[in-house]
Amino acid sequence: MKKLLALSLVLLLAIPFVAMAESAEPIKIGIFEPLTGSKAAGGEMEYRGIQVAHALVPEVLGRPIELVPVDNKSDDVEAATAASRLVEAEKVDIVIGSWGSSLCIAAGPSFEKAQTPAIGTSCTNPQVTLGNEYYFRVCYLDDFQGTLLANYAKTNLGAKTAAIICDISNVYAIGLRNYFLEAFGEENIVAEAYFNTGDQEFSAQITAVMDKNPDVIFMPSDFTEPGLIMKQARDLGYADILFLGGDTWETEAIIDIGGAAVEACRFTTFFDADAEPSEESAVFLAKYEEMFGGKPKSSVTALGYDAYMAAVKAIEAAGTTDGPAVQAALCALTFDGVTGRIAFDGNGDAIKNKAIIKTVEEGAFKYIDTVVIE
Amino acid sequence: MLVNWPMLIQQVVNGLTVGCLYALIAIGYTMVYGILRLINFAHGDIFMMAMYFAFFGITVFLIPWWAVMPLVVVVTTALGVLIEQAAYKPLREAPRISLLISAIGVSYLLENLATVLFTGIPRSFPSVPHFTEMVIVGQVRIQWLGFWVPLIVLALVVGLMFIVHRTKTGMGMRAVSKDMETAKLMGVHINRIIATTFGIGSALAAVGAMLWGMKYPQMQPYVGVMPGLKCFIAAVIGGIGNITGAIIGGILLGLLEILIVYFFPGLSGYKDAFAFIALILILLLKPTGLMGEVVTDKV
Repeated sequence: MKKLLALSLVLLLAIPFVAMAESAEPIKIGIFEPLTGSKAAGGEMEYRGIQVAHALVPEVLGRPIELVPVDNKSDDVEAATAASRLVEAEKVDIVIGSWGSSLCIAAGPSFEKAQTPAIGTSCTNPQVTLGNEYYFRVCYLDDFQGTLLANYAKTNLGAKTAAIICDISNVYAIGLRNYFLEAFGEENIVAEAYFNTGDQEFSAQITAVMDKNPDVIFMPSDFTEPGLIMKQARDLGYADILFLGGDTWETEAIIDIGGAAVEACRFTTFFDADAEPSEESAVFLAKYEEMFGGKPKSSVTALGYDAYMAAVKAIEAAGTTDGPAVQAALCALTFDGVTGRIAFDGNGDAIKNKAIIKTVEEGAFKYIDTVVIE
Repeated sequence: MLVNWPMLIQQVVNGLTVGCLYALIAIGYTMVYGILRLINFAHGDIFMMAMYFAFFGITVFLIPWWAVMPLVVVVTTALGVLIEQAAYKPLREAPRISLLISAIGVSYLLENLATVLFTGIPRSFPSVPHFTEMVIVGQVRIQWLGFWVPLIVLALVVGLMFIVHRTKTGMGMRAVSKDMETAKLMGVHINRIIATTFGIGSALAAVGAMLWGMKYPQMQPYVGVMPGLKCFIAAVIGGIGNITGAIIGGILLGLLEILIVYFFPGLSGYKDAFAFIALILILLLKPTGLMGEVVTDKV
């Protein structure tokens, strides 16, 4: 009896080893996203896209892929810590993320030092990839976006003057403001006011810029504050002023917070499934529907999906998870993603020449136009 | 520069509304400080929890808003008393610094608990009919809230003053704040008085949180941090430990923030800095605060 017990114990102990020998060691993809804090709604939507892609392609090189999410807490300091945790403690092979350029900028040096390639999702500030060989991204840049928004305001909206209300504590917002200002012409900016991330009272800024009668108000910032600003502006009686924003606005929270006040605002975004259907987007939408129900709430979900696919295809092409080899493979990669054909330039930026303009109509985002810059 | 009167009045009304809300929360800081010499850093997070209680009461349990309000006050009061019992009471004889560290611990605990329980994704505070509707007086547009907030705050302050100056509990509070040891010898139930103080402070924070949520309908687990710091500053400006001082400090701070941004839009990015500059100035020039000397009013 004792012998039998001992034998079964030994067998029991041996099982994990046998199991381990059978399945190859997983490839770890680090998910570097804000899952809590002010940018959490953005991080959550991108993570969903990554999960959809993971469900469709769960292995590469005959090894299973494991997602390792680490929360960067929407905070630049926490982001640097999260980045070193990913490369040092979790030892991930490649990183995907993040929503929010400032978080990527804080994390960049860690990834570069560890020679771990990182693929940015919707981080549009030029500084993310500039001078960092290991940071790539699947979205367009803010110099492109800012210029496009300025042109759109002038030609399509017929705006001659603009005011800017900018989140001065957000690197992304300041960058976008500068590019918009340059393209729109500084002499045509009649007023400018600022605020900090997390501010809730904006009536003073609104009245100050509305005093100058701008044709349009441009608000580079995340999504919470513009929602509040538009609501407070309508409450103050400015019913007709048109608000213009960047890619961060395509987050449902802006509608939850602003309610009817955000109707008719205009913003740039990356992709619209109905405007440009493709094989890849059909697969993506079907799987999303199956996993989460309904349609993706924002185009950043598609960017999360594309970033994952780029990571997998690069590892496949490299035939290894070795950092420098995957980096080289990414540089040479071209593939058709959900958001269109993706290839990276010398900086590691996706080569893109068009953006989508959307608005809010009856409490939902609505496609308006596709704008191309040649 | 030509003064745009309707706009200026608009801003003053706005500043008063924010200031009254600051005052309501600052009272909680000042009362606890008066009695325990403790800066209750968890106060801003109690405020945050109250917002979430109201949110869940209205959106999940579908309780009508007029019933949610008293309910939230009761639950938040209970939370305040519970925190006092769990985190501060065992440290009654410990050095004051231990108490302060415990308060910071509670603050982090509440923030992270909220992140785990309610997720870190920002939510929108449900809009309450009537309060958020606009009134147009001449060229000035004011939310009904702009009238209600000062009235509610006034009513609560009158009630509080009555408790502090006209009831036995209030006498106990004043006694404890003067000298805890002697008050104990005179037969004052120290623990009951302290618990009551925390309860009252939390109840006021709950009312403040609901009014705040109606005015700024956005919440996440860290929503209490900035208002918490600002109201602490308001309490120090007014003279910490002094209820009247907290009210004056709160209203002054609210007006200061709004009017500086209105007159100098170029400085609007530094809005939060003004509050902290005010704190530094008051500590340098008049460390006891504006109402610091009036010892008799101390709670």
